[in-house]
Parts: sequence; structure tokens; C-alpha cells
Amino acid sequence: MKQNKQYLLLIIPALIVSLAFFLLPMAKLLWLSLTEQHGISYWYILTKPVYLKSLGSTFLLSAVVTITSLVIATIVGLFLTRHAFRGKSILVAMLSFPLVFPGVVIGFFVIMLAGRQGLFAELGLALTGERWTLAYSIAGLFIGYLYFSIPRVVLTVMGAAEKLDHNLIEAGRSLGANRWQLLRDVTLPALTPGLISSGSICFATSMGAFGTAFTLATNLNVLPMTIYTEFTLNANFAMAAALSLILGFITWLCLTIARRQGGSSLGMGG
Amino acid sequence: MKKGMSFYFQLAFTLLVCAFLIVPIFMSITAGLTNNYFVGVKSGLTLRWVYQVWGLYSDTIWLTINIALVTTLVNLCVGVPCAYYLARTRSKLSAFLDECLTLPIAIPGMAIALGLISVYGGISEFRMSWLFILVGHVIFTLPFMVKSVLAVLQSINFRVLEEGAASLGASFWQRFFHIIVPNCKTGIVSGVLMTLTLSAGEFNLTWMLHTPLTKTLPVGLADSYASMRLEVSSAYTLIFLGMILPLLMAAQWLNRKPKRTA
Repeated sequence: MKQNKQYLLLIIPALIVSLAFFLLPMAKLLWLSLTEQHGISYWYILTKPVYLKSLGSTFLLSAVVTITSLVIATIVGLFLTRHAFRGKSILVAMLSFPLVFPGVVIGFFVIMLAGRQGLFAELGLALTGERWTLAYSIAGLFIGYLYFSIPRVVLTVMGAAEKLDHNLIEAGRSLGANRWQLLRDVTLPALTPGLISSGSICFATSMGAFGTAFTLATNLNVLPMTIYTEFTLNANFAMAAALSLILGFITWLCLTIARRQGGSSLGMGG
Repeated sequence: MKKGMSFYFQLAFTLLVCAFLIVPIFMSITAGLTNNYFVGVKSGLTLRWVYQVWGLYSDTIWLTINIALVTTLVNLCVGVPCAYYLARTRSKLSAFLDECLTLPIAIPGMAIALGLISVYGGISEFRMSWLFILVGHVIFTLPFMVKSVLAVLQSINFRVLEEGAASLGASFWQRFFHIIVPNCKTGIVSGVLMTLTLSAGEFNLTWMLHTPLTKTLPVGLADSYASMRLEVSSAYTLIFLGMILPLLMAAQWLNRKPKRTA
């Protein structure tokens, strides 16, 4: 019995921290969003075009980013696992750095690449005589979200591809399968759980990415920006609470899918 | 094996993607050290912008270091015992605790920040102090610490070690500090590195929780991106990268090491 008490002592700090600074605030948020005029915020979200549009465009952007980074990262990840070359380990190490860069810094990198004085602008000036400025539009957000999504998937694909049974590929090859058939019937099915889990993490991160959108422009109507505007400019706490709970529910759902597929939740950037 | 078209296409594609991820880092490092970025590197290299950033924003750098260190300390005291408990027991309470600790990874920082403001925003002394940001950072980083220690504990057979020690008469706390803690050292170290990196770079929560007197480095970065010239923003980013890249490299080195021996 004394033994048990000592074990309980170990988790008391964690319980207090979690209850006081996480569960209580979340419960208060839910309470506020529901009690303010009987949860009218949720009704507004479902009926007012501003909120529907914000939800829809964030959803669409995140989905496109997720699919694009899955395709890009599968090609890169498979290539990096299959071929050994000098400097590969440094390259792989550098690929994992962006995982923990904060969203603001990624936003700044997009400005560096595609801003008014950026690399693309110089390139465009040299090629067509006109500066290509993508950073402050939805394209800039797309670039930024890709920046923090690609490393996540590449690392997952590499992890899964290393475990891939080489005998299966040999067997397929000896049965006369060509490269595409091998990719479609052997490699991709083996990677699928990893792709689903890292894809859901990408999607969740993109949905909740605030820093990147904040740095690039304030009038882009993605969900985290809408929440921020409701909270600061409109001082509508109930609406901000309702929107962030919906956002939280979506991201929680994604990460639950990811966990079901056996993925670890890599650090959240954005 | 012959290297056909497809190999070179994939190589080029891979290099392009890596360039996309790495070039902006180098661009902002050079821009921070260049006299005039619009003219280019030929305008000369300088540390002027770095000094200017230091003059303008050094307080944010100190606050960030302070918060990151205290967050780590709290995570060590709270997270390590908790991970041990979770590894040791299978009960409803441990399942509940595990769920509560993982949730903050899934919930966007903004939601957590709004929640904290709604509950504690009225206590102005707490709201105005850096402790308010600290609380947010602890909630956000604690799961990573717990998971990283838990992963190590689940990979070793700590029960046998503990039973051995217990049979020799070691008390509960002796076993905890002399058996458990040394054995999950790698998990603790990687959890510490993760906490430091995440806390130093946390923006989504911090932006909502900060006050004009409690600005952390990423908050200052957002501020400089909005209002300063490109060279100053770049120099500031350079300082930030200088702070977190060593941590990242240490984490990489640590993660590679056990694989070699195993």
C-alpha cells in the first residue's frame, strides 16, 4: 500500500500542471463558446460566409499542401534511402532542421525566396524582365507550408523504406515486374501506413499554422488568422473560442489517425 | 547497376528539394552580414546589423534563454517521474494522464493560449509576468519530454534492474535516482534538447501570451519582420539560428549514437 502511495506521488506534479493549465483552460473555452447567447458562435460559423470561407480555404490549402508534400517527399525519401553518396548524412541531417523552425522564421524564409527582393524576383527579372512576387499571396503560404511539411514526410518515408523487405522487390523483379509495377504493387503499399500518418500530421500542422500566415500577410483568411482577428480586433472571445475549438478538434482527429497508423508525433512547426 | 535517365532525374529533383529547404537559411545568414542586401555581397560584409539587433532586442534573447531553461527544469521535475509512472503502471489513471499529456501536441497553440487567457487573464500580476509564458511553454513541451523518456524506459527492462536493487535493500527513492534516472539518461538528454529547441522557437502560443514587457525572441522576430529593414531581420534570424542549430546538431548526434552500438 505504501508502495502505491509513492508511485502516486510521482504523478502529482504532472496531474496538477495538466489539470490547472490545460484541462481547466480548455473547459473554460468550451464553456464560454457554449454559454454566450446559447452557443450562437457555432451557428454563425455554419451560416456566415466569412467563417465558412475561412474554414473551407484553410481546409483546401492544407489538403493541397499535404498531397503535394507526400508526392515530393516520397520521391526524395525513396531516392535517399536507395542510393548512397558522399555527404548524404549531412544532407539528411539538414533536412530535419526545418521541423522545429517556428512559423515566423519560415514565413521570413518565404520572403527571402519569393518576396520583393527575393530569389524568385531576381530570377524573374533576369528571365522575363519582371519581378515574380509570390510571398504575400496564397502561393506564399503554400510555399511556407510545403517548407515545414516536406521534412516530416521525407523522414517518415526514409524510416519506412529502410525497413522495406528487399526480397519482395527481388521476387517482383524475378517475376518480370517493371519499375512502375514494383513501385505500385510493392513499395507504395509498404509505405502507406507511414504516408497516412505523416500526411495527417502535415495536414494538422498546416491547419493550425499561425506564425507563417502572420509573417506573410495579415489579410489572408486562413483559420488561425481569423481566430486571431476575432480575438484582437473584434474582441469576440466566444467566436475565437468556438473557432479554435473546431480547429483543435480537426487537428486532434488528424493526430489520432496518425497514432492509429503507428506514427510518432514529430515536433510541431508552423 | 546502370544509372539511367531516371536516376539523374531523381537526383536532380532531390537536390532541388534540398536546395529549397537549405538555400533560404543561407540567404538569411548572408543578408544579415551584408552591408546592403539590395546591392549584394559586393557592398561588403559587416557585423553592424548584428550589433544593432543586440542593442534593440537583447532583452528578448535573455528572456528566451531564461524561459527555455526554466521550462526545461520544470519538465525534468514533472516529466521524468511521470514517464516512469506511465511505464510502470497500467491503470485508468495512467491512461487518462497519458491522454491529457498528449493532447497539447494535437491542439493548436492558439487554442491553449486563449484558454489560459480566459482562466488566468484576470490575475494581472500573473498575466503581466514571464511566468504566464512559462506555463504555456511547459504545457506545450512537456509531452515531448515525457514521450522521449518513456520511449527509453519501454525499450529497457527496468523492472529487473529495480527488483535487483530492491532485493539488495534499496529504497524507493534510491531506486528512482540511482537506477531509473541513470538508465534513461539518453531519453532525458534528448527530451531536454527538444524542450530547449521548442521553447526557444515557440511563437503561436507566445504571441498571444506576451505583453510589451515580456517579449521572447520569436515575438521580437515577428516584430522585426514587420517593421525593420531586411538586413536587421536577417541578422536577428541569424542570432536565432545560432541559438537553435547547435541544439539540433546535438540532438542529431545523440540520436545516431545508440544505433551504432545496438
